[in-house]
Amino acid sequence: MNFLSKNIFRAIAMFLLMLPLCAAANETQEEAKIDVQEIVMGHTGDGHDWHITTVNGHHISIPLPVIVMDNGGKWHCFSSAQFHHSPDGIYQGFYIPSEGENSGKVCEVVNGTEQTVKLDISLTKNVVQLWIIVLLMLFIFIGCARWYRRKTADSDAPKGFVGFIEMFVMMVNDDIIKACIGEKHYKRFSPYLLTAFFFIFLSNLIGLIPIFPGGANLTGNLAITLVLAMFTFFAINLFGNKEYWLDIFWPKVPTWLKVPVPMMPVIELFGIFTKPFALMVRLFANIFAGHAIVLSLTCVIFISCQIGAAIGAGLSSVSVVMMIFMDCLELLVAFIQAYVFTMLSAVFIGLAHHEEHEEEGTPAIG
Amino acid sequence: MPSFLTPDPGLLFWMLIAFLVVFILLAKFGFPIITDMVEKRKQFIDESLSSARMANEKLANIKNECQELLQQAQQRQSQILKEATQTSNQIIAEARVKAQEEAARIVEDARRQIQAETEKAQRDISNQVADLSIQIASKILSRELQKEDEQTKWINQILNQITEKK
Repeated sequence: MNFLSKNIFRAIAMFLLMLPLCAAANETQEEAKIDVQEIVMGHTGDGHDWHITTVNGHHISIPLPVIVMDNGGKWHCFSSAQFHHSPDGIYQGFYIPSEGENSGKVCEVVNGTEQTVKLDISLTKNVVQLWIIVLLMLFIFIGCARWYRRKTADSDAPKGFVGFIEMFVMMVNDDIIKACIGEKHYKRFSPYLLTAFFFIFLSNLIGLIPIFPGGANLTGNLAITLVLAMFTFFAINLFGNKEYWLDIFWPKVPTWLKVPVPMMPVIELFGIFTKPFALMVRLFANIFAGHAIVLSLTCVIFISCQIGAAIGAGLSSVSVVMMIFMDCLELLVAFIQAYVFTMLSAVFIGLAHHEEHEEEGTPAIG
Repeated sequence: MPSFLTPDPGLLFWMLIAFLVVFILLAKFGFPIITDMVEKRKQFIDESLSSARMANEKLANIKNECQELLQQAQQRQSQILKEATQTSNQIIAEARVKAQEEAARIVEDARRQIQAETEKAQRDISNQVADLSIQIASKILSRELQKEDEQTKWINQILNQITEKK
């Protein structure tokens, strides 16, 4: 209790310190209008450079490599800093429009019209974040696996970090994967589901860190969740047994539901695609919304400060409290979404191996 | 459609590669090693537990056996003791009986001997008495044998009387 009240006191003190800054901003940038949508979209979206902060109107950001194939089929590779170095923002004929249909994308002018490049595999903010997470995962799990190299079954259980990771991995392995797929088949799918779980969990967590090594909205990006859902789709359908396909094309329903007009088979066939689709949208929407809300609440501070110091102080304090609350909630969501994605994937995979453990009772779909 | 609802092909491409890389590497060198080791440890612990249980059971069995052996030994001891006392009692009883018999025999012998001695003594005494009486008689007779006829007659008479008595 003492600790909590101390922290609240600290938050208020910090907020009071921030007030003059707010006022200063109010004075100097009176004419600058805050575009909430642009801020939110800019932070939740992708980018060719990693924006860190803006000091006196000067952007401080990490330039990232741009790798594009132009409409003539030629590859170009250069640093995104080149766009800022040239006065008109055009480098080798490429530029990034800040507004319009193609805003944020690398474009070139072909036959007098603006066109996006044919293929853009630049190392954008999300891609760099992605590789950071991949390296982190490899470091954590292969590092932990190395610990076991010289150990036998009768050595002591690991302590410290390796012990924690082991406990976490076994929790996911036993309580989600084994429980949802069933004792018999879970072994084959457990590496994929564990990878998916920790990938999502780490991405979610790192996405909550506001500055450089984190902050990209990775799992709140449809491309990322699409690939994850696709892997689950293949995991379900490539290994589904005969009964699973029979259940789709000849389900156990009254015959008139399937013979003249194959109503149920069509619905079931849709189900194959809607299941991973739901996984994709659920993860994306949850994380995207979380980021958007935190960012919007941050914007409230600046907007209210623009209106006036008094109202700014009032609204900002509310907003700070809400932001702290949202960040705590997002920590929870980071875990829950990873858990839900893994669990549902496991349940769907389990359903594709349905008949053999029917007598044990079908797993509940959460 | 807003830009965040259209998956970016570049990111899609990188995600596919990155996820495949992390999946393949972790599926080969990461998770299975951890889960297998935990599984092995679990098995080891289970085995250890069951062997410990077995050892405990064995120990309990051995204890029981010991107890049984001890009990048997005690029983045997008491039995032996009982038998020993019985035997000793028997021996004592037999000895007593034998002793009594012996004593009776000795007493009997003694009595018989005493009787024989008594008889012998009586006989001796009677012989001596006879001798004495004969001597006395002869002395009396030698004095009175002057009157021959009468004497012979009388002697015969006495002789007859004695022999008849015998």
